[in-house]
Order: sequence, then structure tokens, then C-alpha cells
Amino acid sequence: MAPWYMLALVGRDQAGIVARITQALYQGGANLGEASMLRLGGNFAMMFMVSHTGDASAIEQLVARDAQALGLTVHVDPIAGQLHRHIQPNMSVSVYGADRSGIVARVTSALAQAKFHILNLESDVGGSDQKPLYIMHIEGQCASSVEQLQAALADVIQDGIQIHFQAVEPMVG
Amino acid sequence: MAVLPVLIFPDERLKQIAQPVEHFDTALRDFIHDLEQTMRAGPGGVGIAAPQVGCLQRIVIVNVSSKPKIAHHGRLILINPEIVHSDGSVTGREGCMSVPDFTGNVLRAQNIKLRSRDEHGAALELECSGYEARAILHEMDHLDGLLFLDRLVSRRTDLFPRKKYQ
Repeated sequence: MAPWYMLALVGRDQAGIVARITQALYQGGANLGEASMLRLGGNFAMMFMVSHTGDASAIEQLVARDAQALGLTVHVDPIAGQLHRHIQPNMSVSVYGADRSGIVARVTSALAQAKFHILNLESDVGGSDQKPLYIMHIEGQCASSVEQLQAALADVIQDGIQIHFQAVEPMVG
Repeated sequence: MAVLPVLIFPDERLKQIAQPVEHFDTALRDFIHDLEQTMRAGPGGVGIAAPQVGCLQRIVIVNVSSKPKIAHHGRLILINPEIVHSDGSVTGREGCMSVPDFTGNVLRAQNIKLRSRDEHGAALELECSGYEARAILHEMDHLDGLLFLDRLVSRRTDLFPRKKYQ
């Protein structure tokens, strides 16, 4: 079984990036696993699990020509990860408030103290330039109840940051 | 009495449309018994549809009574079910015995009214909401060859539970 690598590419967003990079990987005999890609502030960031018989530099070479043409920076690391290692989230956290520095640090520090394991975090800035609104959504796993987490985040909530916890109970049918 | 093998996608039978049940006989009730055993054998399974075991008939079993603090009708055997009204929408996490090792967010109606038959052919009408409605809608999708994968919503475009804005 070919080893897995984490391939990250970042650069100015433009249409067709994903197609060109994944074609180059496919043509080069690489296999894709889990991936996450999104546009962040006009840039496009891609993270792929890639399996390939070659070493990290071989993967870098597979995408080098297209990455250069598209102006993307490339980073490859060997990883110990495997597929089918999912942890199911059991808690979802919605956070929003007037944008100010420290929201993510304060919220995630309090969550870490409550032994909340973050599995997915996405945040965005909405509102206007004059009144920016910071919005964050977190999914994770935690042994604490909604009430216990509310108590753990009480100081942050008191400072005007809206935080809503919702237990995630997958319906399996 | 048997636990039946559950079909795993990409088995084509999971994408086919199931036919209405016409005979409410002992054979049907025996099959329902096996289907229920199969549902219970699955980890955390609260519902099952006949196509998941390769029987292309419009039969669904839902039982969410094991979940704490939710409204439910206990053990539901739904034959030829039809949704006659639905309203509201809410996003929730779903998984499926036919799609192992993956869960995803799906938008479903908050409230439903349905008409169905029971295993003896008697007509029944039900109003369900929340988690139970989600389970019924997920299972009824199987009758039309639909999987929750056909209805996934993006995490990113769903930063807040929609229920808050109703």
C-alpha cells in the first residue's frame, strides 16, 4: 500500500485550480483520500491526503508545473494517517459577535479546558467594514453536556459573544 | 427469524424505486420481523427500509424511542407511507447502515403528516416532528432510491441551525 502524504496548495483564487491540480495528480498515478478546500479572502486553499508510491518530492514534482503556472505555493509532508479514522462529532458550537481580537483564542481555550476536541472549525467575517461581525462554527467531541459547556464559557458569553451549543445526535437509519 | 444482510452502496438496488405492498399476509409480517431484527442489530439504528435488505417494497420501520427527551410514537411499521403535509426545515446529522463510516448534515422538514398502512393493512395517520420525522423521511427516501448523500448540505453554508430563524 502506497504511503500517505498531506499536500497543501495555496494561492490567488481563480476558476479551474482544482481541476488542473487533481488532473496532474491523477495523471501521475497519485490517489486522493480526504480533502478540504475553500476560498479564504480571495485565496484558494487546498489540503489533500494523497497516496503515492514515490516520496514527498515526487508528489511536489507532479504538481510543480501547474502550481507555478497558477501561482500556488506547494507543501508536502509524509503523514501517519489513514482513511476510515473518523471521529464523529457530538457537539456543535455556533459563535458570533462584534469582531474584535481574541474571540477564537478565548473560545477555543475555554473549550480546550473543558476537554472539547475540535474536529472542524470554520470562521468568517461578515457585517460591514465599519461593523464587522465575527462568525465561527465548530464541531467536536466532548464528554460535557450543553449546560456544562455553557458554564465553562460563561465569562466569554458575559463579554457579549453569542455562543450556542447544540448536541449532535446522528440519526442512523 | 433472522438478521438480514444490509446492502452497502454502491449496490444498485439502493437506487431503485420500491413497489407498493399489495398483500398484507403472514409472509409480509414474517419479513417485517426479520427487518426489525436487522435494524436492531445495526449500531444505533433507529430506522430501516426494505430496500436496504434488497426487498424493493414500500416498507419502513422506525423506532426512535431509545433516544432521550424527544417526542415519538414508539415502534412504527409503515407500509406504503405517503407524506401529506410537511412544514419547517431543520438541519441534522444523518448516517446510514448502507453508507458506513460517514455522517453528514441534511435539511429535513421539522413537522410531517403522513398516511400509511400498518402490517395488517389498517390505515393510519400520524403527525411527527423533529428527530422522528427525520428518521421517517430518511427511510422513506430509500423507497424512492434516494440516500442521504443525495441531500447533503455544506457545513460552511450552514453556520447556524436554521430552526433559530423560523
